[in-house]
Amino acid sequence: MSRGLRLGLFAVSAAGLTALLLWGVAGLPDFGHYRGPYGFVLNASAPGERHVTNVVAAVVFDYRGFDTLGEEFILFASVMGVALLLRDVRDDPGRRDDAMRSDAVRMVGLGFAAVLLVTGLYVVAHGYLTPGGGFQGGVVVASAFILVYLAGEYRAYRRLTPTAAVDVFEGSGAGGYAVIGVVSLLLGSAFLHNFGPLGTSGTLASGGSIAFLNVASALEVSAAFMLLFTEFLEELSALRPEARS
Amino acid sequence: MDVLVPLPVVIPLIAAAALTAAGQFLGRRFDDTVGIGTAAATAVVSTMLVVRSLDHDLVYWFGGWTPRHGIALGIAFDVEPLGAALAAFAGVVTTASFVFAWRYFDEVGTLFHVLMLIFLGAMSGFALSGDLFNMFVFFELMSVCAFALVAYQVEAAAPLQGAINFAVTNTIGALLVLTGIGLVYGRTGALNLAQIGRALEGQKPDGLVLVAFALLLCGFLVKAGAVPFHFWLSDAYAAAPVPVCVLLSAIMSDLGLHALARIYWPAFSGTLGGSAGSLRALLVGLGVLTALVGAAMAFLQRDLKRLLAFVTISHVGVFLAAIGLLTPRGLAGSTLYVITDGLVKAALFLAVGILIHRAGSGDELRLRGLGGRAPVASIVLFAGGLLVAGLPPLGSFVGWTLVVRSSVDVGYGWLPPVLALAAAVTGGTLLRAAARIVLGWGDEEDPLLSHEPPAEEEEPQVPKSRLSPPLLFGPALALIVAAIGVGFTPGLGDRATRWAERLEDRPAHAAEVLAGKLPPALPPAPVHPGVAPYVYSLASLAGAVAFALFGLYRRRLPHLVRAWAGRVLEPPVTVLKALHSGVVGDYVAWLTFGVAALGGLVALLGR
Amino acid sequence: MSYLPYALAVWIFVVGLYGVVTSRNLIHLAVCLSVMQSSTYVLLLSIGYLNGATAPIFADVPKGTRAVDPVVQALALTDVVVSVTVLALLLALAIQVQKRTETLDPDELRAMRG
Repeated sequence: MSRGLRLGLFAVSAAGLTALLLWGVAGLPDFGHYRGPYGFVLNASAPGERHVTNVVAAVVFDYRGFDTLGEEFILFASVMGVALLLRDVRDDPGRRDDAMRSDAVRMVGLGFAAVLLVTGLYVVAHGYLTPGGGFQGGVVVASAFILVYLAGEYRAYRRLTPTAAVDVFEGSGAGGYAVIGVVSLLLGSAFLHNFGPLGTSGTLASGGSIAFLNVASALEVSAAFMLLFTEFLEELSALRPEARS
Repeated sequence: MDVLVPLPVVIPLIAAAALTAAGQFLGRRFDDTVGIGTAAATAVVSTMLVVRSLDHDLVYWFGGWTPRHGIALGIAFDVEPLGAALAAFAGVVTTASFVFAWRYFDEVGTLFHVLMLIFLGAMSGFALSGDLFNMFVFFELMSVCAFALVAYQVEAAAPLQGAINFAVTNTIGALLVLTGIGLVYGRTGALNLAQIGRALEGQKPDGLVLVAFALLLCGFLVKAGAVPFHFWLSDAYAAAPVPVCVLLSAIMSDLGLHALARIYWPAFSGTLGGSAGSLRALLVGLGVLTALVGAAMAFLQRDLKRLLAFVTISHVGVFLAAIGLLTPRGLAGSTLYVITDGLVKAALFLAVGILIHRAGSGDELRLRGLGGRAPVASIVLFAGGLLVAGLPPLGSFVGWTLVVRSSVDVGYGWLPPVLALAAAVTGGTLLRAAARIVLGWGDEEDPLLSHEPPAEEEEPQVPKSRLSPPLLFGPALALIVAAIGVGFTPGLGDRATRWAERLEDRPAHAAEVLAGKLPPALPPAPVHPGVAPYVYSLASLAGAVAFALFGLYRRRLPHLVRAWAGRVLEPPVTVLKALHSGVVGDYVAWLTFGVAALGGLVALLGR
Repeated sequence: MSYLPYALAVWIFVVGLYGVVTSRNLIHLAVCLSVMQSSTYVLLLSIGYLNGATAPIFADVPKGTRAVDPVVQALALTDVVVSVTVLALLLALAIQVQKRTETLDPDELRAMRG
């Protein structure tokens, strides 16, 4: 099909599709007038039942924790997939000459990497108390390592993130989430039923297994992003010969 | 709550995670064994779930969140025999695929096994889930694994192109599903299918409900591969390695259709039930179109994997038409058909794999006469072709009986002959291929058949013995025998109809899911097949032989007939082939057209 | 006025779709797909909004304060992860295509036809 024909077909269809979608969303309740029972019921009962103050974290790790298990494995599978797709290139990090030349950038950047790491860990740890959680904090932690590459050099980044170790973290994060669910099964209740002391609301010791699942997902997400970044960075030496020394 | 319910998902996922850690140290045979063992265990657990759900659904609330005052707080798995049977079937096919891959791949890393196991877990979850967003999550998990597995052979350009077409179209399909979910959630405030059904009950469908249903329908049809959303399927199957094709063809496409039934009956039948007649016409029409286009394109292929891909598309059309009849018999017949037919397709793909492994090519014309190198594959090819064409009372005849009966019941008496025609063409194509490859019939060249597949086939193995290693042909043989044998299970058709009726009884189903009230057990409904299914089946068998001979020997037809046929048939064939251009922009344009057209037709339902 | 966020989501979806259909570069195509995905975030989050309500985090406000819907936020979180994963896979595919065929133009990939 020529581009002209394709564009013509698309123009007509898109017009129809837009009309259809606008007609559909016109049936939604007005913006700002959410009516449904699901959110109200959860907002009312979650803080009392699970002693957590971040209801979104309670939804993600408890009420709809099974969805999060699937989501973890989506990330896991995609990292495996990217590794599978980019498997024909194995670079030699020692041969690259891409160290940051400006001392100011190096110092400030690497200093910030440490700050980022601590911030990320904070966001993870307080995920069920204040905005944040395993996913958000995991990405911040991964970016701390990536900052080492940006402000420093690739060699340093690879030394800090040996693939074998990061692989293990990722596997244990994803598998750990599922295993925590199995623990509930072994304790005689449903899969991913909350167990452990519910503690006092507002402190780090609360939420029961929400805390454990939080850590598992943080582990998995940060490892996954580091692996993804490594995979793509390895390609750089193949595509750009001047990146080699 | 039954502790077995989460296991079909949890077992493969944990095994996959463990395999990533241990697999690289323990070598390939360890990976293979773990893969086979896990898939077999999952199949066994799913079969046990089928048995346990025979009398009433098994409803499982994750996290222990049982519903309060009819509001579902958590995620539910709603296990009923039809869905659990599909999950068990997925386990069986994955096991066969792993066994085949033991010998088929000379060298493969742990990643293949990990992704296949996660794929199995996702398929099981998708078949069993009773929560709309949970279905979406497993839909995406299936897709992500499939994208990566399809592009397994990264050395060639064709697999990459197939993977890109697959990834882009299926992601857009997933987005359509998600938009539909958003709309439904905005109206009902619920994600549990039974609860949505209660919330929508009895209301006249307005714009939002119709559009949401249309979006969900189109999204799942993209996954299933119905026309005009089917273009990606042939590219992806031709590109993917054989063990992956087995899974895609036998089960993944059909799960999209099962999902359709899962969302229609508990959630939408209350509000759309009034327009059931028009919806039926829409779905059956789409199914027929898909069946015929798939069959025609299959006939025009020489690459065996692409040929089987179009056969799969044609069968998706048949299943869609059967489900689209919107009756218990139609749904039951479709599910039985899916399983028996899926076994045949899986066996056929494995046979093609054996031929590629032993004779070095997957091209029908290049393989002419070389069938002797793989005797078991040859037997499977012939048997598969006959079963697809329709060999009463073997194989999919049980499902076929139900479909014929159901079509007559709702006044669609014209449907069985049309579906029989599609079966004749697809069966005929397979018989043509079998005859050419095994018996050497037909010509060496045939310009009607499409381009040569990419030449990156594997080097033919030097056969040490006349027979392939048992692990290579064993699965194919086992699957074809199972396909023949399933049809002999006594009372299967009647029982399946009763299970389908349970799914389609919306108020009782909602009461069970949300309040735990068990429905009364009903005796199986007897089905007297009558003469009609036999007639159609034998007709399609005869038609298949005719089409096969036509495909092989059409040069011998009288010149006048050929000239006339050429003038009439050539333009549509050229157009049909040109449409399947392999360019992702074209595919997405057709996808947009399909959504707009289907959406418009669904909108008319509300009049 | 109150339907503007929803209409915006529709607009983003269709614009992204146009980008995918007319794309001449696989990287551009992958990003357009991401744009389409962000339309679903906008749709989901707008559905859950409540006028005059605060975030569903009760660390410093008393329990029982009016808060927006936490469920759509959880759904959007899952959605974000899904789109990242698809983007990663598509970019990896694009890299391999560039290596094998020296082109990133989807219209040039014609190995599969007919």
